[in-house]
Amino acid sequence: MNLEGKVALVTGASRGIGAAIADQLGAAGAIVIGTATSEKGAATISDRIAGAGHKGAGMVLNVTDADSIAGVLKAIADEYGVPTILVNNAGITKDNLLMRMSDEEWFDVINTNLSAVYRLSKAVLRGMMKARWGRIVNVGSVVGSMGNPGQANYAATKAGVAGFARSLASEVGSRGITVNTVAPGFIDTDMTRGLPDEQKADLLNRIPLGRLGKPEEIAAVVCFLASDAGGYVSGETIQVNGGMYMG
Amino acid sequence: MSSIEERVKKIVAEQLGVKEEEVKAEASFVEDLGADSLDTVELVMALEEEFETEIPDEEAEKITTVQLAIDYINANLA
Repeated sequence: MNLEGKVALVTGASRGIGAAIADQLGAAGAIVIGTATSEKGAATISDRIAGAGHKGAGMVLNVTDADSIAGVLKAIADEYGVPTILVNNAGITKDNLLMRMSDEEWFDVINTNLSAVYRLSKAVLRGMMKARWGRIVNVGSVVGSMGNPGQANYAATKAGVAGFARSLASEVGSRGITVNTVAPGFIDTDMTRGLPDEQKADLLNRIPLGRLGKPEEIAAVVCFLASDAGGYVSGETIQVNGGMYMG
Repeated sequence: MSSIEERVKKIVAEQLGVKEEEVKAEASFVEDLGADSLDTVELVMALEEEFETEIPDEEAEKITTVQLAIDYINANLA
């Protein structure tokens, strides 16, 4: 896979799946801008990119703030050029049974996981349309297809980004831009490490491959979609879940 | 320096892939010049760059003919 010279923006890249995506895009030759919500997170990303001998940097971005997005995009354009690969990976969970869910828990998750995809995609599209080439990859979740108790908010956003991808893919396909969703199952990251052991054991019973996934196994699919090899896949949701849910 | 009218017509011709002589003032982008909705969005992007201005979405939607584009630029560019 060769992404030499392409500028890629990966949100939520300080750890977990986002960090693995930044690694692999960088290894394929892309200039990677990884974002985090804190200075410390951005520094971690910069160190990781430099340590691997890749090009790019970490930047602080609040995906719920339009001004922050405009600022980061301007900084990227000034220093590296306009991004033509966007990976919408940043996401949060605020789990609760719906009966107990607060407005805050609902709207925070919608804002970070779904509205941010709208904001960022809109912000990068102009550059992609001019380039007549672009890749938007959303990181969804198996939960968006299966549902999961306690995650009505999260599942709604993850189903939402997949529908968003299908619509946008229809709108901008004629300009050489693809929009897809990669839907991870249960991946060994900080987000799933917090699950109780009992729930983990139950999960493993439902996964034919009998193990959690690795962040690199998600990143590989994202990189494929970002590359020319994946150029004819658009509007698709690719499930990467060890067979736990077969769309 | 070409007039605003000439510059607008040149951009329309380039963006929509039509000959400049087809770009009459009264021509509608969609009905006469074969633009689809995304073409009109790109056309506005190109006008913004040529004239170094930002055209708000609610104004952009009203620019449906060559003359309306010329009028907008004339009215909004001192």
